[in-house]
Amino acid sequence: MNDLFNKVKKNLIWKSVFRRDYRDNVRDRALAIFGNVFLHLHPVKVRESAVKLRYTWGMGGITFLAFIILTITGVVLMFYYHPTVDQAYSDMKDLEFQVPYGVITRNLHRWGAHFMVIVVMIHMFRVFMTGSYKAPRQFNWGIGVILLVLTFLLSFTGYLLPWDQLGFWAITVGTNMGAATPLLGYQGPFSEYLHITPYNDVRFALLGGAIVGGNALLRSYIWHCIAIPLIATILMVVHFWRVRKDGGISRPQNN
Amino acid sequence: MNPFIEIITQPDNIAIVIMILMVSFFMVWAFQQAFQNDKLKSAGYAVDGELDKDVDTFKPLVRIELLISLAVMLFLTVWSIVVDAPLEEIANPTLTPNPAKAPWYFLGLQELLVYFDPWLAGVVLPSLIVVGLIAIPYIDINPKGNGYYTFSERKYSILIFSFGFFVLWLLLIVIGVFDRGPGWLWYWPWQEWDIQRVVYEPTRDLSNLVGIESRSLPGFIIGAVVVGAYMIGGMIWPYKYWQKKNPEMLQQLGMTRYVTIVFLFITMMSVPIKMILRLVFLVKYVWITPWFNV
Repeated sequence: MNDLFNKVKKNLIWKSVFRRDYRDNVRDRALAIFGNVFLHLHPVKVRESAVKLRYTWGMGGITFLAFIILTITGVVLMFYYHPTVDQAYSDMKDLEFQVPYGVITRNLHRWGAHFMVIVVMIHMFRVFMTGSYKAPRQFNWGIGVILLVLTFLLSFTGYLLPWDQLGFWAITVGTNMGAATPLLGYQGPFSEYLHITPYNDVRFALLGGAIVGGNALLRSYIWHCIAIPLIATILMVVHFWRVRKDGGISRPQNN
Repeated sequence: MNPFIEIITQPDNIAIVIMILMVSFFMVWAFQQAFQNDKLKSAGYAVDGELDKDVDTFKPLVRIELLISLAVMLFLTVWSIVVDAPLEEIANPTLTPNPAKAPWYFLGLQELLVYFDPWLAGVVLPSLIVVGLIAIPYIDINPKGNGYYTFSERKYSILIFSFGFFVLWLLLIVIGVFDRGPGWLWYWPWQEWDIQRVVYEPTRDLSNLVGIESRSLPGFIIGAVVVGAYMIGGMIWPYKYWQKKNPEMLQQLGMTRYVTIVFLFITMMSVPIKMILRLVFLVKYVWITPWFNV
């Protein structure tokens, strides 16, 4: 057995990947973190309270995990989906009846999305309750609030994609709010002074038309699959970076 | 089937049930730790985490992250095996469902539509919520309670935030999911929905209470005075009060912060006030103008 172990570990390929043996000493424990592109998000050492579940509840990390799960299942779903009025709904039926593991992929995406909204809200509650938005972390709280809004928008833009009654009417109700925007929505106060009509207002810009149709579906799709994930990813990079730069997980100050 | 069971076992509503359970659990946990720390502090001990040392990230933190990730993935997998995502009939612009509900996390805003016109409920208030949340670190100048759970050191900020978070946000969502039926009428979860049901509930405007037509000039003036008095009085009265009670605090806050805090607070409180006016006194609008109604 040991022989086999050695054979696997003592060859060029293994060494090219892992570069060195791991011995349980200070140096290697540190190397395990900053020698790994994924783990080096972490500092080499953290406060005990960052490890105790009762302080952070792990909610920020779980939100990130949910985002990763949604990205992976989302990419899989994209292989089977056309964002057109003619095909979107039948693609959903195909997922249900034809595509191998189509049902569970969609379920994971749907429930993962609900889950992410729930966890990100609890994450915000935790950060508030521990006063972690206070100096020097004020800016990162603001980034977090925008990420919360983006989470809602991600979920909301995904709602229309199945092109079923639920999504269609939820988006209709939601974007009708845009029509009520003061100045810029055709039903909003003061909009008549800017000559705003149903064909040039905020709602028109959101939907790419005056009604929820093919253009709205395409816009939802692109916001949902490309634009918002890109923006959210950039903000997440900033968010995580600032957690490190602002001194790591918050803790009582006079220590 | 019992309508209550039916409504909480609808696939999308299972998420709400999970949310209620999770939020309640973490709410209790947060406040329990807060009170515990307060007790420790008042007895002269260090609060939780104050005496913590550094530990290696590898493996204690990496291990716990791995375990939680596995647990979350297991949970989501089980959820996805047990419950199928709903797919309704194909989109049909000629067939409006009743009620047409927004996604659950926006139901609080949809609920506000009962009490405010869309430009307020759908645009102005949500924008102010986002702005207000971002503003929190800059207007809360209390340096205490940074990095640990506490209640006694930050009573007011926690009370105000909790009111917004649990009542104005989550409670309104729960109401929107479980208590709103056709015509956005109130249905208890155990009541059967009835498409035919009509509730005769004539509403009036504030100035009608004193017998003045709200769409007339005197009605306009009354509305303007009431709204103006609420906004301006709401600005001045706390200032006078604190000037007497705690002038140093006002000094520390400064004018910009004071105005921002009070503006956000009275805007937030206008929601429950308007709800009470509507539900108890059947008042629809406080102030009717040619351009917008409040």
